[in-house]
Amino acid sequence: MELLSPLVPILIIVIKSGVAIFALVTAFAYAVWIERRVMARMQSRIGPNRAGPFGLLQPLADAVKVLLKEEIIPQDAKVPIYLLAPAVSLVPALLSFAVVPIGPEIEILGQKITLYLADLNVGVLYVFALASVGVYGIVLAGWSSGSKYSFLGALRSSAQMLSYELPLGLSVVGALMLAGTLSLVQLVEAQKNAWFILLQPLGFLIFIVSAVAEVNRAPFDLPEAETELVAGYHTEYTSIKWAFFYMAEYINMIVVSSIAVTLFFGGWQGPFFPPAVWYFLKVAAFIFLFIWLRATLPRLRYDRLMQFGWKILLPLSLVNIIATAAIMVWQG
Amino acid sequence: MPPFENLPTDLVLQGIFLLVAGLIVVAAVAVVTLRNIFHSALALILCFSAVAGLYILLEAPFVAAVQVLIYVGAISVLILFAVMLTERVMDPKMGARNEQWWLGLLLTAIAATGLGAIVGFAPWPLSKAPIINDQITALGKEFLTTYVLPFEVASLLLLMALLGAIIIAREKEGG
Amino acid sequence: MPEDYLPILIYFLIAVGFALAGIATSHLLSFLFVRRRAAKDKLIPYESGMLPQGPARRRFHVQFYLVAVLFILFDIEIVFLFPWAVVFRELQILGLIEMGLFILVLFLGLIYVWKKGALEWE
Repeated sequence: MELLSPLVPILIIVIKSGVAIFALVTAFAYAVWIERRVMARMQSRIGPNRAGPFGLLQPLADAVKVLLKEEIIPQDAKVPIYLLAPAVSLVPALLSFAVVPIGPEIEILGQKITLYLADLNVGVLYVFALASVGVYGIVLAGWSSGSKYSFLGALRSSAQMLSYELPLGLSVVGALMLAGTLSLVQLVEAQKNAWFILLQPLGFLIFIVSAVAEVNRAPFDLPEAETELVAGYHTEYTSIKWAFFYMAEYINMIVVSSIAVTLFFGGWQGPFFPPAVWYFLKVAAFIFLFIWLRATLPRLRYDRLMQFGWKILLPLSLVNIIATAAIMVWQG
Repeated sequence: MPPFENLPTDLVLQGIFLLVAGLIVVAAVAVVTLRNIFHSALALILCFSAVAGLYILLEAPFVAAVQVLIYVGAISVLILFAVMLTERVMDPKMGARNEQWWLGLLLTAIAATGLGAIVGFAPWPLSKAPIINDQITALGKEFLTTYVLPFEVASLLLLMALLGAIIIAREKEGG
Repeated sequence: MPEDYLPILIYFLIAVGFALAGIATSHLLSFLFVRRRAAKDKLIPYESGMLPQGPARRRFHVQFYLVAVLFILFDIEIVFLFPWAVVFRELQILGLIEMGLFILVLFLGLIYVWKKGALEWE
């Protein structure tokens, strides 16, 4: 035991990593289930309710189905890249969750354990860096599939993600100015007295609109506009590889919600309940918002979407930064 | 942050450094030797990402994040777009070689000799300055006090690049 | 300090392992349990039920390329903004003027791009 003690911190990290991945995959599965149930209600349908009570076992049934699908590799596919693209899409999504603080430090079996994998002093930049890497899964999938729909979908999708990354990055600058740090843990602590949504309403609005576009959700789900592009970049994918693209999309949605909660809604802070519960409730509220938007709004046309990003959101986010700076100077 | 005080941290970091450095060299060689230019571009992305690892080992996480954000996340996307935009280079029959290869070889040999000489004869002094913990704060302050002129010039440089991009792209479209 | 990133490295390796193992497992299961019906037509890329016409990876509009170029330039601006934002409280009016100039120059660039019609999509 003495000999192994240096390995305890490593072991804790390995366990935390495993738990994080398991939790994210489970959250993905149930986010899909909730989405199907909630959307069904909004459209006066019932939704999946056969597998288990309330259809709660539906994700499990789907997982088995997806795993047992026949693998089809299209004839024009560039094989190694085609097979790796889903992983390239999924890994950055999983990684960006590493800096999200779910709660403060807790103690298990005499070991102090932090409820995040790492508190980096470049935290926010780390998340954005990984978000920009996420484009590759899509570009590679579209290019390697050897299908026109995949290729066009990938092009559109990547140009859209690039365009909306700018307002996304600029919209959080106001919050960073108020907190004076890029560490997500310190950003939560900086909101002890007032959530930044109160001081940065415009910043938050730009953030959430860009976030919807960044994770390719309706009404900005152009890449998978089924009426014109079939399924976009993952048209030619089957089985688990197809599921990985979905997993990446939903995990990105969870990460973006977590960032919104951390930067604008006080993170895990809140009265009465334990911190992790508050974190969970707030993120769940955002997931619901994403679903609600999808059920409510019609899809934008591609040229309008791009112009909205460059001509409205980008200038607006710059104005927000200057306005925030001016107000902060004025107030001393 | 769990403490690593009982771990032979230096040894672990040395090992990681060797792996990262090896990856950079392999990826860089792949960039220039692969036949398919799309694959070359992918190798370049791998190389850029590994360099980010190097920056982390050099205790410069901000530079590492910027490396990923700009080089991996933006410039490489542009390179991939450029490759996909040019139909001819996607032809696998066309190798990554042209009639100027001897000139390239000559220049590379000269550069390699020069670099080799520098590596051989440089004294490699180790800086005694303590490593700043809060690098982003320090960087932000330096940008806006000591280096304010280069900082503002950078914005002009970006503006120039912006104008250049528009002029070139519009030209292409017209002709 | 580099050891702060050790958790990220370990997490990265586990995540990569998870993704690759998922793809491998699915291939194995499909190989073992799924009855394959050999049919060449199945492997043709989808094109709304028609036989594919022409190459899939065709040239595309230069606008996509232009978006990527503009993205790099404004992305670099963001990189400059982040350290500035962190120290803004200390710099106060000085920081406002200096960054105001910086943003103004790029804002002019954006207006130029806009006026040149580079943000339009046909």
